[in-house]
Amino acid sequence: MNFDFSDDQKMLKDQARKFLEDKCSYDDVRTVLESDASHNDDVWQGLCDLGFTGAAIPEEYGGLGLSALELCVVAEELGRSAAPVPFSSSIYMAAEALKLGGSEELKQAWLPKLASGEVIGTFAAAEGPAAPSPRNTKTSFAKGKLNGRKLPVPDGETASVAIVLANTGGTGEQAVSLVVVDLTQSSVTRASIETIDPTRGHAEISFDDADATLLGEAGEGWSLMKRIEAGAAVLVAFEQVGGTEAALNMAKDYSLDRYAFGRQIGSYQAIKHKLADMYVKLELARSNAYYGAMVLAQEGADLELAAASARISATEAYRFAAQECIQVHGGIGFTWEANPQFHYRRSKLLALSLGSASRWKNRLVAELEKSNVA
Amino acid sequence: MDFNDTPEEAKFRSEAREWLTANARQRDTSNAKAGVSTKSEAERLVRAKEWQVKKAEAGYAAITWPTEYGGRGGTSIQSVIYSQEEANFDVPRGFFEIGLGMCIPTMMKWATPEQNERYVKPALFGEEVWCQLFSEPAAGSDVAGLRTKCERDGDDWIINGQKVWTSGAHFCDYGIIVTRSDPTVPKHKGLTFFFLDMKTPGIEIRPIKQISGGAGFNEVFFNDVRVPDSQRLGDVGEGWKVSLTTLMNERLAIGGGSGVDYEELLKLARETELEEGPAIKDSNVREKLADWYVQSQGLKYTKFRTLTALSKGQVPGAESSIGKIVSGPKMQDLGSFAMDIQGQGGILQDGDESPMGAAFQNQWLGAAGYRIAGGTDEILRNIVSEQVLGLPQDIRVDKKVPFNELASSSKK
Repeated sequence: MNFDFSDDQKMLKDQARKFLEDKCSYDDVRTVLESDASHNDDVWQGLCDLGFTGAAIPEEYGGLGLSALELCVVAEELGRSAAPVPFSSSIYMAAEALKLGGSEELKQAWLPKLASGEVIGTFAAAEGPAAPSPRNTKTSFAKGKLNGRKLPVPDGETASVAIVLANTGGTGEQAVSLVVVDLTQSSVTRASIETIDPTRGHAEISFDDADATLLGEAGEGWSLMKRIEAGAAVLVAFEQVGGTEAALNMAKDYSLDRYAFGRQIGSYQAIKHKLADMYVKLELARSNAYYGAMVLAQEGADLELAAASARISATEAYRFAAQECIQVHGGIGFTWEANPQFHYRRSKLLALSLGSASRWKNRLVAELEKSNVA
Repeated sequence: MDFNDTPEEAKFRSEAREWLTANARQRDTSNAKAGVSTKSEAERLVRAKEWQVKKAEAGYAAITWPTEYGGRGGTSIQSVIYSQEEANFDVPRGFFEIGLGMCIPTMMKWATPEQNERYVKPALFGEEVWCQLFSEPAAGSDVAGLRTKCERDGDDWIINGQKVWTSGAHFCDYGIIVTRSDPTVPKHKGLTFFFLDMKTPGIEIRPIKQISGGAGFNEVFFNDVRVPDSQRLGDVGEGWKVSLTTLMNERLAIGGGSGVDYEELLKLARETELEEGPAIKDSNVREKLADWYVQSQGLKYTKFRTLTALSKGQVPGAESSIGKIVSGPKMQDLGSFAMDIQGQGGILQDGDESPMGAAFQNQWLGAAGYRIAGGTDEILRNIVSEQVLGLPQDIRVDKKVPFNELASSSKK
């Protein structure tokens, strides 16, 4: 039984942690919250320079050619520090989409730049406050031209390239395809848009006869997107695990520091049991995330099931830890100057970024039905 | 990252499997009721004792014990591997776990070499069965608040009082017991520990009928029970220290969980029609099913993390403490929800009419006890918060007060 990361992977994790502790304190996260910046560029450049962005990109495309496991350990640390960087958009989504579905030409064009961080990539599926589906995707792609409007697009203001879900005229799930769009062309307009988590920039993007290229085959966009989402769900689960642990520790430290009725509030069972529940959810989430990582790295057949489990478990853990972290803090936790808000915001952002828990539960049960486990 | 055995583990596994194949019958997994014995407890005990002899002779009965006590001198991971393999076979269980897991390890640490010479091997070979006499009507979670008293009388001690929730007391030969020798000092300081013959005059055993209908536990009454001082374990007044040996030896809770889980709920949801159609198409059913699947998998892979630490010869992390906090409420909630799916018919607890032999109804009733036995949900959360997270202990109003001056239900 060897259900753990290797010593090398743990060293990589330590390296990421030390860098982020040094360069990405809550004060550094706050600079993004309190400015118009889409992300913290010092932190982002540092992560690129350390090679983290290229970790899982093959060497022939300028990456380090490591596995998904290396990305997972970095993701946990990004989540722990609530890092205000476009890592997930550019790497888990755009780079992975190109790796999975891109032609040689597309890979050559974009992967080296994504690996080095020279450009930021993103993925645009949603078109407003409704879960994306083949049916409600109005953005269309025909004869090489893309038209429509996407929002919210993570890192949409700063990204140079986007993978876009677009209607290509088929029926049912075959109605949609993925296309690659250079966002720097003049037929693309974008504007920053307000979200619950301003530490991660989001934009509204309009395409008016923008030049675009198919990613994969026409009509296979929905299945390809689900596969990309499954991989990203595992990586985001590691961010959520890191964030959960950070919120738990923040709440624990405060409960030891704060006195009420003549004793530390952490000595009251109402608080102790709440923190124990955070820990239980954290460990379940970590275990499910580990399994997701193993299956993702081995490209196992049950990735959909493993990814859904990792995501559901980690979403629940982070939701609970982040919201109860504020509760443990009492009034101070609700103030702008205090730090619990970073995890409260980020937990909800991550909970929705790849679709809600309900959607993933449905996906999970659909897999159980297929696998005929009963 | 993988689930594979190391070469040594694989070798041990195949030896264990070979031995089991030669000596036991493969479990029939196709039939949910298979393995549920219809024989009487006395008949099952006879069979269990026969099996225990075989197991002990082959060196599988106490894998981690030193060889001088008849153990294999093996590792924790070997012990787990054997349990995993044994779980695939239809062998008797449920008679020796407490004795070999808790009582005898306590003896090994605190009894004399002559006593261990006398008692360890007969226990290992199933000739003598042991029970643990700790809980009392007024001392459950707060077990150190126990009241059964012992008084010195020459070379003997006289024990009076009552123990409760004693698993298997009615078929046990020996027991370990913690009693109060001095009520004038704070509660942890006035305890003294013994082992005793369960056939000693003055011991009366009565079964406790549970809400689930079974009676696996007993009340044990002590009326002027005489125990020689030579059967005292640890010093007078040091009984709490001895008790901690017992409690720390709670068997590493590895191995498949019992009861109905998401697989059975999935099967039920497929087979049951709700007003709007099959239950499996109901979004509420799907969400619940997914939640319990994720919890089951989370527990399974948490165990795998613990096994990984054992496999590397490391001490497992604190993550293993979450098991019962998750599994207890899950068993109860899943049973309850599966009954809801059955509508009004969910109240039936009928082996023929109720789906899967009323397994959900049985689990719903039984889980209420599972959440209490061996540490309540609340005590387990205290343990996690104090021992894992390092939060302060509760303020103990009873810490410095003589036991006989404490408030209690009968003396407020």
